[in-house]
Amino acid sequence: MKGSGVILEIRTSPHILSGHSVDTIMFNVVLALLPVTAFAVYAFGLTAFLTLAMALAACVATEHLVCRLSGKPSTVGDYSAVITGLLYGLTLPPGLPLWMTAAGGVIAVGIGKMLFGGLGYNPLNPALVGRAVLQASFPAAMTSWVPGMTAERFVTVPSSLLAWPFSQPVYDGVSGATPLAQWKFEHIASATADLALGFTSGSTGETSALLILLGGAYLIARNMMSWRVPAAIFATVAAASGVLHLVNPERYASPVFMLFSGGLMLGAVFMATDMVGSPMTRLGTVLYGVLIGLLVVVIRTWGGMPEGVMYAILLGNAVTPHFDRQIRPKVYGTRERKGAQG
Amino acid sequence: MTLTARLLGFKTFRHGVHPPEWKDETSRLAIRQFPFAPVLIVPLVQHMGKPSVPEVREGQEVVRGQRLARPDGFMSVSMHAPASGVVRRIGLAPSISGRMVPAVYLEPFPGSTQEVQEGKPCPLDTATPDEIVDAVQDAGVVGLGGAAFPTHVKLRFREGEYVDTLIINGVECEPYLTTDHRVMLEQSDDLFRGVRYLLKVTGAERAIVGVEANKRDAYEHLRAGLPEDLPATVELLQVKYPQGAEKMLIAALLGREVPSGGLPLHVHALCVNVATTAEIGRLLPYGRGIQERVITITGPAVRKKGNYKIPIGTPLRFLLEEVGVDERVDRVFLGGPMMGASASSLDIPITKGTSGVVAFTGAESERTHRKVYPCIRCGYCVEACPIFLDPSRLGLLALNDEHQRMAEEHNLMDCFECGSCSFVCPSHIPLVQQFRVAKAAVRKARAVSPPLDPPKGTAS
Repeated sequence: MKGSGVILEIRTSPHILSGHSVDTIMFNVVLALLPVTAFAVYAFGLTAFLTLAMALAACVATEHLVCRLSGKPSTVGDYSAVITGLLYGLTLPPGLPLWMTAAGGVIAVGIGKMLFGGLGYNPLNPALVGRAVLQASFPAAMTSWVPGMTAERFVTVPSSLLAWPFSQPVYDGVSGATPLAQWKFEHIASATADLALGFTSGSTGETSALLILLGGAYLIARNMMSWRVPAAIFATVAAASGVLHLVNPERYASPVFMLFSGGLMLGAVFMATDMVGSPMTRLGTVLYGVLIGLLVVVIRTWGGMPEGVMYAILLGNAVTPHFDRQIRPKVYGTRERKGAQG
Repeated sequence: MTLTARLLGFKTFRHGVHPPEWKDETSRLAIRQFPFAPVLIVPLVQHMGKPSVPEVREGQEVVRGQRLARPDGFMSVSMHAPASGVVRRIGLAPSISGRMVPAVYLEPFPGSTQEVQEGKPCPLDTATPDEIVDAVQDAGVVGLGGAAFPTHVKLRFREGEYVDTLIINGVECEPYLTTDHRVMLEQSDDLFRGVRYLLKVTGAERAIVGVEANKRDAYEHLRAGLPEDLPATVELLQVKYPQGAEKMLIAALLGREVPSGGLPLHVHALCVNVATTAEIGRLLPYGRGIQERVITITGPAVRKKGNYKIPIGTPLRFLLEEVGVDERVDRVFLGGPMMGASASSLDIPITKGTSGVVAFTGAESERTHRKVYPCIRCGYCVEACPIFLDPSRLGLLALNDEHQRMAEEHNLMDCFECGSCSFVCPSHIPLVQQFRVAKAAVRKARAVSPPLDPPKGTAS
């Protein structure tokens, strides 16, 4: 060591880290979303590919641009904008005009995330903020469903996709109603196997429950996702809809149908679990999941719309700060002096 | 107790983290004697408390084991000569904290023998508890696990206080360190004798030696050697950091919670580290004092890794030259990687509280040079904190210097800086460092204007 010019660094403990990092967690969420994304493209073809590409581009570009405009280094490298872009794209109905997709993406990241200070500070899930704005602004376009698995899906796109901004999109052919809408308005239940595998109408990425669960299982195994949130949502939805179904099977859908239809799987596994918008304590995450599950059943059953996952999660996000404020673990050594007697 | 622990049958505390262990490289290496450095620097404050008062003068020849300094009051201990030699100087020396502290510079004689001068023996059978407390203080015994709190102070109780369970801490939950492991394997007779002294002085009914499951050989060795008449058991604990912390170990073994701001004594428990206990068992029968201690020298930058019996006062520079260090070394710290302190100088000496020396090369250090992201509220820190604080919230408050609020509303002062929150944080927020700064600010503010109500826990 003598005279070798070694420079020792002085740092405070701990001198080791677990290896988890924001960018690695986010990157793994992207990985977990890839099978779902691939299936969306397989099921809806070119339409889904263009929608997803536009959603992704709008979200990432908005984050990059906002960072530049505010004179800060770009934060797109942490992959969180990629997740927002993918999730946002996956919740959109295929055939939605691309300009709407782009506008929603800008709103998702620009208003839903960057306006609040970027990653970690957004109270609501940005992807759902973007979708909610579209839902409120273009209710017709957001509920027009192009059927999947058509023969020519890889060569043609529906004309609505390329509609000019602010023009009335034209929907060609018969638009397939989603299983939830069919149930809500016509009381037709879809086959469970079709729901689980994804051979139904719906938003681009919401149809294949199995692939969504696969991605979720991967993240849970890597300790990058709370299993309590989806578990609590599924349990609550199953229990609440189960009770209703027992009371009147004609009017209320079966729990299996409720679990596997619509955006519940994607929302419960990939959006409600967003770390930023969910509570931090174990009890908090469970209650948050129960709240979302109840809201889903209530909105789907008695609300004006067939689907309620988006609003349920957004409301859950909004309540999260209260969960964290009210539910605080008992600090070690502050219990009443019961244990003192040994 | 977590479900997994219950299934495995091992006890543990709630929360905590699982850092990689890195103990394999040294855990099977027997303790080896370390040579004397050309100059030994014996600081007069190696413990928490008042500095000892030197009894020797410059130029005086001393014998190994001779007392160099006497305790200054109750919160102080004796210091003994780690080698026979000449006192060259009594002056300031650098310490790990960066502060200069008074120290005795001792130049060992060439070929200094290992003979030890013996003082007044404290026989186990005849000594009274008070005599044992004095003997522990005279032997210079402090907590060898790292805290360096004078052990005899823990052994004297006030009116109405009592201990029913003596906990001997063989957890050694810090990664890399294997000193306690080797002490349990190689010094079990001293350890058991130390337990007898401690049982006698505290009046505890029983002793429990807590050992983590990654030291099964030590657990089996102790169980096999446990004397039949000793009211002691050896318990295997689940491997988890920071189980070696008193509060966590008491929760794991006894299911009791030390009150906030209080002492283990308030739940009738007393924790003593295995190496400290073995030292008591070895020194007291002969009236000797601490001259050396077992230290693990390890880390990727160290060539001759091992467990060494090192004279107190050995300068870090000599120690590293002796074991050989990779030239890519860029960080040296005393203690384990979770709570150890970076060495700011290689001229600081090994003290009684040094349990290990770990050296990293750039490759390891690189991994802690991570970009700091905003808190993403993942809740990892909330799941990790063994005290059940909310490090995330505390970290956000620290950014705004809301120190008082951190202390009053979020129990900041209960943080013992174990580092679990910083270890798991995926945003690499230096949480523990923020809490250290905040705690110092709160202590300063309280010193200037003490709160009207006494802090919780101390009133009992």
